[in-house]
Amino acid sequence: MTVTKPTRRGALGLFAAAAATLTMGAPAHAQVDFSGRTIEWIIPFGTGGGSDTWARFNAPFLSRHLPGNPTVVVVNEPGGGSTRGTNLFAQRARADGLTILGTSGSTQFPYLLGDPRVRYEYQDWSVVMVGPTGGVAYVSPSTGVEGIEDVAKLQGQRLVYASQGATSLDLVPMLAFRLLGLDVNYVFGFGGRGDGRLAFERGEVNIDYQTSSAFINSVTPLVEEGSAIPLMSWGVLDEDGNPQRDPTFPDLPILEEVYEMVHGAPPSGPLYEAYKAFNTAGFAAQKMVVLPEGASDELVETYRQAWRDVFADPEYQETFEAALGSYEQVTDRAAEALFEAGTTINPEVRAMVVEMLTNEYNVRLGD
Amino acid sequence: MLDVFLSALSDILTLKHMGYMMIGVVVGLMIGVFPGLGGIAGLSLMIPFLYGMDTTSALAMLIGLVAVIPTSDTFASVLMGIPGSSASQATVLDGFPMAKRGEAARALSAAFFASLVGGLIGAVVLTGFVLVARPVILAFSSAELFMLSVFGLSMVGVLAGKSLVKGVAACALGLIIGSVGGAPATGEFRMVFGVDYLYDGIPLIIIGLGLFAVPEIVDLLRRDRSISSGTTLGSGWLDGIRDVIRNWWLTLRCSGIGALIGAIPGLGGTVVDWIAYGHAVQSVKDNPQFGKGDVRGVIAPESANNAKEGGGLLPTLLFGIPGGGAMAVFLGGMVLLGIQPGPSMVGSRLDLTYTIVWSLALANVLGAGLCILLAVPISRLTLIPFKLLAPFMIAVICFAAFQATRTIDDLLVLVATGVLGVYMRRFGWPRPALLIGFVLATQAETYLYQAVQFYGWEFLTRTGVMIIMGITAGSVWLGLRARVSEATPAEILAVEARAPDTGPAANIRARAPQIVFALLALAFFGVGIHDALQQSFLGQVFPLIMAVAGALFTLLVLAFLVLGKPNHPTSSDTEHEAQSETTPPGSTLVALGWIASLVALTALTGFVIALVTFFVAFLKIRAQASWVMTLVLTAGCTGFVLTLASALNMRFPGGLLQDLYRLPWPFS
Repeated sequence: MTVTKPTRRGALGLFAAAAATLTMGAPAHAQVDFSGRTIEWIIPFGTGGGSDTWARFNAPFLSRHLPGNPTVVVVNEPGGGSTRGTNLFAQRARADGLTILGTSGSTQFPYLLGDPRVRYEYQDWSVVMVGPTGGVAYVSPSTGVEGIEDVAKLQGQRLVYASQGATSLDLVPMLAFRLLGLDVNYVFGFGGRGDGRLAFERGEVNIDYQTSSAFINSVTPLVEEGSAIPLMSWGVLDEDGNPQRDPTFPDLPILEEVYEMVHGAPPSGPLYEAYKAFNTAGFAAQKMVVLPEGASDELVETYRQAWRDVFADPEYQETFEAALGSYEQVTDRAAEALFEAGTTINPEVRAMVVEMLTNEYNVRLGD
Repeated sequence: MLDVFLSALSDILTLKHMGYMMIGVVVGLMIGVFPGLGGIAGLSLMIPFLYGMDTTSALAMLIGLVAVIPTSDTFASVLMGIPGSSASQATVLDGFPMAKRGEAARALSAAFFASLVGGLIGAVVLTGFVLVARPVILAFSSAELFMLSVFGLSMVGVLAGKSLVKGVAACALGLIIGSVGGAPATGEFRMVFGVDYLYDGIPLIIIGLGLFAVPEIVDLLRRDRSISSGTTLGSGWLDGIRDVIRNWWLTLRCSGIGALIGAIPGLGGTVVDWIAYGHAVQSVKDNPQFGKGDVRGVIAPESANNAKEGGGLLPTLLFGIPGGGAMAVFLGGMVLLGIQPGPSMVGSRLDLTYTIVWSLALANVLGAGLCILLAVPISRLTLIPFKLLAPFMIAVICFAAFQATRTIDDLLVLVATGVLGVYMRRFGWPRPALLIGFVLATQAETYLYQAVQFYGWEFLTRTGVMIIMGITAGSVWLGLRARVSEATPAEILAVEARAPDTGPAANIRARAPQIVFALLALAFFGVGIHDALQQSFLGQVFPLIMAVAGALFTLLVLAFLVLGKPNHPTSSDTEHEAQSETTPPGSTLVALGWIASLVALTALTGFVIALVTFFVAFLKIRAQASWVMTLVLTAGCTGFVLTLASALNMRFPGGLLQDLYRLPWPFS
């Protein structure tokens, strides 16, 4: 197993190319001018976390490339697992371009699951940027697995996973393990993936996943000393929405491949549909920047042009990898495709997931 | 090894590095003085400047900011009895009584000098510890962490005041309040009653402000004098430094405790100050006056909470797990600078780790030094007549509470916990016990559940668990010998002036208010039991046991109140004493009413308009100030709040008016 160094040629290179072709046909848009204005970028999470860092990294670049160089400030509105700040945005923001929202997987999941606290509707909004990420699942050598070829050995074993909660991003590995027919015991109440990794290092759990940058920084050393065996990545979506290997981890199979190794046929059915929907919402389309309901085409185009310019900014290109990891942020059609895939779910698939969460994990939604 | 040391040292001791650190310290100090504002506000102020700076300078600025916050919030704790952050809650217990005695300057300089020493000791401990920290941190599994939370809870024994029964009941109250929101094991929501605000649980800062600051403001308003009973600042800042030097061994021990507990991820820095305080209470033999203004009760938590920041760096740098709010901010800043936490921080990037650890120590020295210089002038605040200071303090606590989630609900919960705090104080229910229960509720439940899942009940036989169990047992034994009461001596002697041999009927008559309060607590436990019974097994077991225990101990309290002889230690009502001091009856409600009026006005018109109206009304009606004075103070406070809000890009809680109309800043 080799982990390629994170490259700027990230997960969605294909998407980026598609976006570039669209850029050339962009209409003129000198009408919007933000001179002397302040743009509030609502982040429905607290200071210091992943979404906050992501927004604070991007904010100065956005300010530099929006017409009139407005001040872009990050406004943290945490609470309710990000539903509070997002509700506030849905309720209050005017479509004048002075308020934008940054969402994350934890904003998409309750929306997809029909959490009663959700009072926002993604389809009202216009997406102007999507920042993807990826993840890698790995197991302890104590399971007897030495490489992905031993994956069958995991079946029938009692695996233990440290989870942040059944409705968090951990729903994605949960669905993946289920597809593979693994018997995983979920221990809840962990504060974050970092705590989960600590439990793995202590030997309390034997299966875990980390997002790409955490995997590279903290799990690669364990892989090298032989105390962690990488299993699979969550993959990325190509232009047509088909799952592909993650360019950051080209040697690692994706779930679809592992499924075929285990079951002899490619995955299908509602459980796989659920995995795909939540995987996209949680990883490929994890971070989104949206404008509120009623934003004019002109405004959307102004923002998209700003993001195109940000992505072309040499300083951005130099620094973004160290701060955000190897996945390229996208706008335009690429962003729209990811937005679409990450915010829609077949009602039957949703009902199946909700039922599974209710019956097996005591999650109560919709009361 | 040596070259790593030297390169780190040479990085730090440059004029440029120190300059940037000083900027961080000054900004952190200006923000940290304000209760409720801490590293988070500081970071948002500083982030725009981080761009284009080289990594070392930017890091220096961030460290300066992070280091000074647990130091600067001591001002509010000591001078006003307002716990500025979780790091300075225990400081209130003895710091504020010292200020009331006119020894504010001494308390502050002792606190700052202890902070300084704590920060330095912390850095020394960490320099060696960082190399072995990884395996040590990994040795603390959920089982050990559960046992550590039990150790934290055992501090209730020390802080229970004169009635242990009430202490346990208060602690159970805290555990139940702390279990509001999502259950760790299942995520199901407990005691939320459909209120969105409760889904996330009640923020710690609000509990701290409600329990400690509101009762003090109410009390001072009733007594109508300045905070300091004297007219001069009796003893100066040199005394405070002398106090620390005289108690050097205590300072050293508490610094070590702070650094080590801070380094354990998961326990959270929130209990470090209580553990240090409890340790001081248990170990000081020579004329202890804890709870009444003993300077050692200031030195212990303050030396521990600065050392804790250093300790908290380890899990942040090595595992990417921030130990608390300030560390989360620091981690975010680090990531922005392109520094990713991980094992390399003790490998190839060890020099960077040392740069950070020692910068923190240096920043502590700069920050604490600056604070000592400011201690004497700022202490003069305690000499101002309280009726002029009160509107500021009420505005400050509302503003601070509002930083928790930025909704009007913060203020409503503040008033509710404030009422609870006022009556707990009156009836001698120990507030620190409630706070400890609250802080540890989630941890204790989570780690117990995880430990049982991972190890079964055999987790109790793990070596680490047994060691901590032994320490806990020792601490409980020591604690029962040396308990601290937060009541002042006069309150302890609240004489129940009546004949000694009357029966239960007379008891009920004399102690009716206390009995009603205990019955209300009992009802609350009843609600807790009822709610727990609606949950699944894993969601109910912890709150159910705690609520039942709380109910039983409250019944015991009631039994003592009804059957106990006059002056039974369980009976306590400071009104007996207050009435003898000719404080007008009902004045508690009037004082609470003033606080509630600001909240009510905010709910109607938004914070800014409410603030102006409240100031004018309070100063004219309550303080009977002249119009000039009223206008100057109102303009001063409003201007200050607006400047702060615009600098930090903050929005105020809106009211009905804002729901109906769109208003321009700052009314929006």
